[in-house]
Amino acid sequence: MTTFSPQTQASSPSPKSSLLPLYGMMAEFETPAQIMEAAKKVNAAGYRFWDCHVPFPVHGLDKAMGIKRTILPLLVFGAGMTGTIIGFCLQAFANASSFSVWALVWVTGYPFLISGKPLMSVPAWIPIIFELTILLSALSAVGLMFLMNGLPWLSHPLLSNNRFRRATDDRFFIVIESRDPKFLRSKTEAFMKTLGAKHIEVVEDR
Amino acid sequence: MSNSSKGFIETDNTQQPTGSRAPLVLNMHKFGEVTHQVCRIAENRPPMAWYIAFVICLGMMGFLGFCVTYLIFTGVGVWGLNNPVMWAYDITNFVFWVGIGHAGTLISAILFLFRQKWRTGINRFAEAMTIFAVVCAGLFPGIHVGRVWLAYWLFPIPNSMEMWPQFRSPLLWDVFAVSTYFTVSLVFWYVGMIPDLATLRDRAKGRFQQFAYGLASIGWRGSMRHWHRYEVAYLLLAALATPLVLSVHSVVSFDFAVSQVPGWHTTIFPPYFVAGAIFSGFAMVVSLAVPARQLFGLKDLITMRHLDNMNKIILLTGCMVGYAYSMEFFIAWYSGAMYEKFAFVNRAFGQYWWAYWIMVSCNVITPQLFWFKAVRTSIPLMFILSIFVNVGMWFERFVIIVTSLANDFLPSSWDQFVPTWVDIGTMVGAFGLFGTLFLLFCRYLPMIAIAEVKAVMPEANPHAGHAGDDHGIPSGAVPALREPRSSEDSL
Repeated sequence: MTTFSPQTQASSPSPKSSLLPLYGMMAEFETPAQIMEAAKKVNAAGYRFWDCHVPFPVHGLDKAMGIKRTILPLLVFGAGMTGTIIGFCLQAFANASSFSVWALVWVTGYPFLISGKPLMSVPAWIPIIFELTILLSALSAVGLMFLMNGLPWLSHPLLSNNRFRRATDDRFFIVIESRDPKFLRSKTEAFMKTLGAKHIEVVEDR
Repeated sequence: MSNSSKGFIETDNTQQPTGSRAPLVLNMHKFGEVTHQVCRIAENRPPMAWYIAFVICLGMMGFLGFCVTYLIFTGVGVWGLNNPVMWAYDITNFVFWVGIGHAGTLISAILFLFRQKWRTGINRFAEAMTIFAVVCAGLFPGIHVGRVWLAYWLFPIPNSMEMWPQFRSPLLWDVFAVSTYFTVSLVFWYVGMIPDLATLRDRAKGRFQQFAYGLASIGWRGSMRHWHRYEVAYLLLAALATPLVLSVHSVVSFDFAVSQVPGWHTTIFPPYFVAGAIFSGFAMVVSLAVPARQLFGLKDLITMRHLDNMNKIILLTGCMVGYAYSMEFFIAWYSGAMYEKFAFVNRAFGQYWWAYWIMVSCNVITPQLFWFKAVRTSIPLMFILSIFVNVGMWFERFVIIVTSLANDFLPSSWDQFVPTWVDIGTMVGAFGLFGTLFLLFCRYLPMIAIAEVKAVMPEANPHAGHAGDDHGIPSGAVPALREPRSSEDSL
């Protein structure tokens, strides 16, 4: 692990960073309490394209950042209901109908008569309807979460930053992106110095 | 590194002083220490015991491959099955392994919904255990169908033969339940592991490790905007996995309960099977956790309190299983059905009496020792008792399946089941498959949910810095664990 010297580096962006385009400014914090305070300030200052990077979800930080609650549960509910309908239709078609539909090949339902039970024996279909509801809900919960988060995305300017490696270990980072309308390198840097960070650094877009 | 993670000294953190929480992470106050404690297992060469265990498991798995190949090329006649006993070791092993899996989901989903923070120390490898157990479970129904190459007929695949599965059959419900369970467990496990894979990626020294962990962690960078959706998705997965896990073993029990065989046709089966599954699964978690925490020095993360809690759950579910055994007997008598009555008397005193009494002693009698705290907190005793439970639960499935089939309605059709070497080889080999997968997991993946453990440390509380706040935690609650944070960075 690299040894840092906070006395010399603290709050001075690395001087050899001028050639590459700028991704943003990064401030490093040591405790959840510090980043919580800082996040409130950044949110109050009106920045929009900024983020906190933390090794674990800090309780209440999303609220402090002003993140609105995600609509993911609603979408998952929709996917779950789709599973319910698919489960019912699949069984009703395959075991209780005799018409043909096109599903990759032309397929025909078969009215299964088992010991005189009704063709539409819905109670016996419940387990499979239930399993398909759960399956589609779970897969969509994860799939949509990835999609909304823009993952998988293997290359990111932050992942090229050596100091940022500790964001998955024990450090807490606030990054303000240069595409933010309020971003102005000198002003943002001055603002970040007021946050009480341990270290402030420019992140290049490489 | 702390002292207690070396040697055999155990810290007792099972006592909970009034008004505060006993610590879940011992001897560590910095997040970096937790990261290091877990990651070093994947980053360094494992201890010698790992190699020995791996070679043994690999050999057993190879024998499984041989037995299965022999079975497929010859036919299910190589097993000791006969006319009344058409299910024996195959389905016993299937139900046994599915049951083992249930503890992982219970820990990861149900304890999550109940906000049981102690789950964080054990959930990752309990989930891994679930997945590997379901892999073993899936093997048996696959190979017991006889013509293995036609196993895809179980799925409703559009086909030109115009042929469909019979959806009213519990055996088909089983296909859907187990495959859904496997998929959801795998997704749950992987999603939980992404932040920790990112930690391994960021610590990796070698080019290959950086690439492999980088690919697996799909570019996770701990963004709070990501975490927000991640936490919602994780909660949803837990909420979905909870009814799922209860449904899976219920559906497995329907395989028996929906049939007309005396000894199987009972309404108590779904809850009884679920309780038994959790019982056997927790026993397996204890059997794995005890050597793993010793071998990999994880005693500060999988503490005595975790083990104590698990032993309490084993005691509880063991009592539920014991209740189910006695209730089955009562109903067999109370129902007045002569076949039912005979089936149960035959279980206890018939040709398989020894299997029945192994089951009762291992599942009902010996777990009662867990009423004593000295037993619950004794490493050797809990290990032995958990092995007993594993044995007992295997015999429970054997008793239910084989005794009911061997002596059914007509005495003229009765027979006895005797396992062949292929039966036994497949059973032993499945343990090899399970062990191999589990050892590989221990070696290459984060064995403990690093991010989740950090989140339950008192240091993770964002209000810890100023206890005077009206929304802060009471000042007496944590300081026992916390020491004043020094300003200089020791790493």
